Amino acid sequence: MSLLTLVLLPFLAAPVAAWGSRFGRLHAAWIAGAFTALALALLAPLLPPVFGGETLVHSWAWIPSLGVTLAFRLDGLSMMFALLILVIGLLIILYARYYLNPRDCMGRFYAYLMLFMGSMLGVVLSENLIQMVVFWELTSLSSFLLISYWQHRAEGRQGARMALAITGGGGLALFGGVILLGHIVGSYQLSDVLAAGDIIRAHPLYLPTLLLILLGVFTKSAQFPFHFWLPHAMAAPTPVSAYLHSATMVKAGVFLLARLYPALSGSTEWFMLVSGAGLATLLLGAYTALFKHDLKGLLAYSTLSHLGLITLLFGLSTPLAAVAGVFHIINHATFKASLFMAAGIIDHEAGTRDMRRLNGLWKYMPHTALLAMVAAAAMAGVPLLNGFLSKEMFFAETVHVAQLTAVGWLLPALATLAGVFSVAYSLRFIHDVFFNGEPVDLPKTPHEPPRWMKVPVEVLVALCLMVGMLPAFTVAPLLAVAATGALQATPPQYSLALWHGFTPELGMSAVALTLGILVYIGRKPLFALHERTVGRLDARAVYNALQGALLHANSALIARIETGSLQRMALLTVLVAVAAGTVGFLGSNAPLTGTRAGLPLDAVSLLAALALIAAALGTAALHRQRLVALVLIGVVGLVVSLAFVKFSAPDLALTQLSVEVVTLVLLLLALHYLPQHSPPESSNARRLRDMALALAAGGGAAALTWAVLTRPYEHIAGYFLENSVPGGGGHNVVNVILVDFRGFDTLGEITVLGLAGLGIYALLKGLRLPLRRADERGVDWSSDAHPPIMATLSRLLLPLALLVSVYIFLRGHNMPGGGFIAGLITAVALILQYLANGIDWTRGRVPANAHPLIGSGLLIATLTGLGSWVFGYPFLTSTHGHLHWPLIGEFELASAMAFDLGVYLVVVGATLLILIHLGKLSRTALPHSAEGSRD
Amino acid sequence: MDALLSIAIGVLTATGVYLTLRGRTFPVVLGLTLLSYAVNVFLFLMGRASVGLPPLIAPEAAGYTDPLPQALVLTAIVIGFAMTAFVVVLALRARAELGNDHVDGLNTGLDETAERQHKGEREDRA
Repeated sequence: MSLLTLVLLPFLAAPVAAWGSRFGRLHAAWIAGAFTALALALLAPLLPPVFGGETLVHSWAWIPSLGVTLAFRLDGLSMMFALLILVIGLLIILYARYYLNPRDCMGRFYAYLMLFMGSMLGVVLSENLIQMVVFWELTSLSSFLLISYWQHRAEGRQGARMALAITGGGGLALFGGVILLGHIVGSYQLSDVLAAGDIIRAHPLYLPTLLLILLGVFTKSAQFPFHFWLPHAMAAPTPVSAYLHSATMVKAGVFLLARLYPALSGSTEWFMLVSGAGLATLLLGAYTALFKHDLKGLLAYSTLSHLGLITLLFGLSTPLAAVAGVFHIINHATFKASLFMAAGIIDHEAGTRDMRRLNGLWKYMPHTALLAMVAAAAMAGVPLLNGFLSKEMFFAETVHVAQLTAVGWLLPALATLAGVFSVAYSLRFIHDVFFNGEPVDLPKTPHEPPRWMKVPVEVLVALCLMVGMLPAFTVAPLLAVAATGALQATPPQYSLALWHGFTPELGMSAVALTLGILVYIGRKPLFALHERTVGRLDARAVYNALQGALLHANSALIARIETGSLQRMALLTVLVAVAAGTVGFLGSNAPLTGTRAGLPLDAVSLLAALALIAAALGTAALHRQRLVALVLIGVVGLVVSLAFVKFSAPDLALTQLSVEVVTLVLLLLALHYLPQHSPPESSNARRLRDMALALAAGGGAAALTWAVLTRPYEHIAGYFLENSVPGGGGHNVVNVILVDFRGFDTLGEITVLGLAGLGIYALLKGLRLPLRRADERGVDWSSDAHPPIMATLSRLLLPLALLVSVYIFLRGHNMPGGGFIAGLITAVALILQYLANGIDWTRGRVPANAHPLIGSGLLIATLTGLGSWVFGYPFLTSTHGHLHWPLIGEFELASAMAFDLGVYLVVVGATLLILIHLGKLSRTALPHSAEGSRD
Repeated sequence: MDALLSIAIGVLTATGVYLTLRGRTFPVVLGLTLLSYAVNVFLFLMGRASVGLPPLIAPEAAGYTDPLPQALVLTAIVIGFAMTAFVVVLALRARAELGNDHVDGLNTGLDETAERQHKGEREDRA
């Protein structure tokens, strides 16, 4: 339980800190600090068992079917990282409280910092790999927020975006790698994966898995060729840089190398890829760091080189190298965090980080200078400091590996070269800043920072010294248990002593120190040479060019497809559909005609079909004369209704017939406001092209129908036919399906209907259209809008029509009919009143507010469904019984009828809403040649 | 009979597609209506055509046709009406905003009514 709490604590702290800062600028810092201290206190009781060699695993099932569990693990390696994250995090919190100036929003800063801390803890403490990837991505996201904390600075935004693109992209690759890993091992639990090293390395998917995981690692740890985001991330506030680039973010990559070391290492591929990338980054970083004039730039490239060193160590694949790698992780975190903080203090107190202007600060801030010098010496690998110990181990390992291969001497040589540059840039950090004459044109006079701002640096520098001088009494137990965690085995014998006699590595250290001092002394010509040559290379330019090309290609592709023309999109859609259909037909070997014998052809059907074909063709041919086309399409609808009658579908026939009526009214109303003719604007070629496409589509549809109709089929109709009466209490199976078996579908459909009605209402609101009162020849459409005979007849018809709709509704469960049809009939009857008697007359007599109808219909349908919950049945379970009504006799009542009532109300409401509001447009319409604008 | 039904669906589809590709809103609405006829009948026919076998349970019935496609098509017809209505109103709105009824919303030229109205405005100003 406590591991979960430990990870969740910082996430909890984030909103609390953001909220707390409302009551005082410094509250956020106190809250963040308190939560971090609490997390450390929670971790403390778990330390003794882990030091004793135990591995704690806490897990809860989450999505067992996908192999995802919520599982946390605390062993030596994760404990070391958790300690680094929390302890350095606490120091950063203290430091940032002094670093940020009053204009910066403290709540936001500490909230982001806590989010990041929680994500990091999640990464290092995860037992489940998928869960780890989630936290991994969270670190990318929260570091994006931290790097872009000063949102008003363009470089901050750009740096953050670049970091997110690179590390986030790497995270995706890692996700793929982890899934492959889980596939190979059969489990996503780290314990299983770490025990399955031999299986993984022998698997054919090993190489892709390795590549994907290394992509994640290299992007996160800024290894060549993905290194360039790290220097640009320096746009972040210095406490962020100190945290992200010493103990966390970039260490997540090397953490994963160490974590998966037992599972993935030991192969040639691992050796080549990991040590290759590590060596390249080591040299590149060490070299470039020397030439950076920005203090933080120097530290950024130095971070690169140290990360390269650690990566190289894990790539060497000897257990001792892995121990050295773990050791250097600890050492680098301590000295680099203190150096970043010192650089921040200098920036804060002197107003610049440019080493060409920062000179001779020793006399202004001797205390800070001393701390920075010790930390820089540790970075250079000077004896008596922690950096010396791990660097010695590194040199020793390169020599050891060199003895195994022919050109092996190259490795120690290059390692020494990197050491030379490392000494040179560390020296520059010390000499350029604190000595080397007088400061040049500083914005403010430098002085010592507030007392407590130096405390975090002092703590870390003290650690550097203690580890460097008394390793056996300080870091030894932690290193032993962390190395055991990384190797998942007892590490080989090693000695942390300062003096091992005259060894090759001591010689390499001496050479590095001596040559490093010489390089620094001769730096001036080197600087000039660098400016003229390598300095002009910029990985960011390549990145920007690539990004630009990608975006450009993307928008070009989109511009080609999406031109904003509906005609073109419709054409493409039909074209693709026809192409897909063609491929489907051509790809199959089955004959077009099946074995099923069809119905015989009769004369009436033939005539009806000919009428339909003629009407459809006529609609297309005469579409420019819109009224004619509308009449013709009515014929099509009529024949379709008749077809439903003929082919045993009475419900469909009734529905289609009533929908025909409302559709016709709708289209006529619309035509009232639209031009009566379509202008001829398509060219003949275009018409021919469309005809060809239409023929292809029609031919395909006909062929498909033919192929289906001539084949026998299996259906599930039996279930509905058998259960309709005993289960649903209705003899009309179609209606029982609608309101009972598939009632949930119907509920969705009437909701859509209601929404369409409301959408139309919204679209029509405030719409003003030009209205014509005469046709194009100038003849008035009608002198008498409401002829008396029609008005009288429609009034007489209303009660009859309503009676019919009630009848249709009531019998619907057993005979053709039901809520949909009854609703349409009611709507038609009411619309008829509007058409015949006018809006004002009808409104006075029929309460025509349709919104409550839709609402109450949906409510009734939903409540009917919920009603079955009361009796402990699932949603929309129906019940039915027989009722004896006086006079009427035996009457069957099903709960589905209430549901059907809901359907009825929604259909009436939606239809009325649409047609009445469309009709009402004429009252707000613009006269066809009047003043005013068209909107 | 099956051949006749296939041809009818083919014709409905072809005319529907042709009209859908036209440039003005009203023919497109007609085209969509024809296409929904085609689709509805096609779906309905997935239960195969049979005569005199309505899915109404009765002791004397000789048999029943498949009720499931019918139930699906019934709601499709009603939803189809809602869709047609929505498209029609969208077309009206577009005409009000753009002054013409071209589907691409291109103000390439005013249509007849709007043109006359425009002329009227000019005359009024003059």
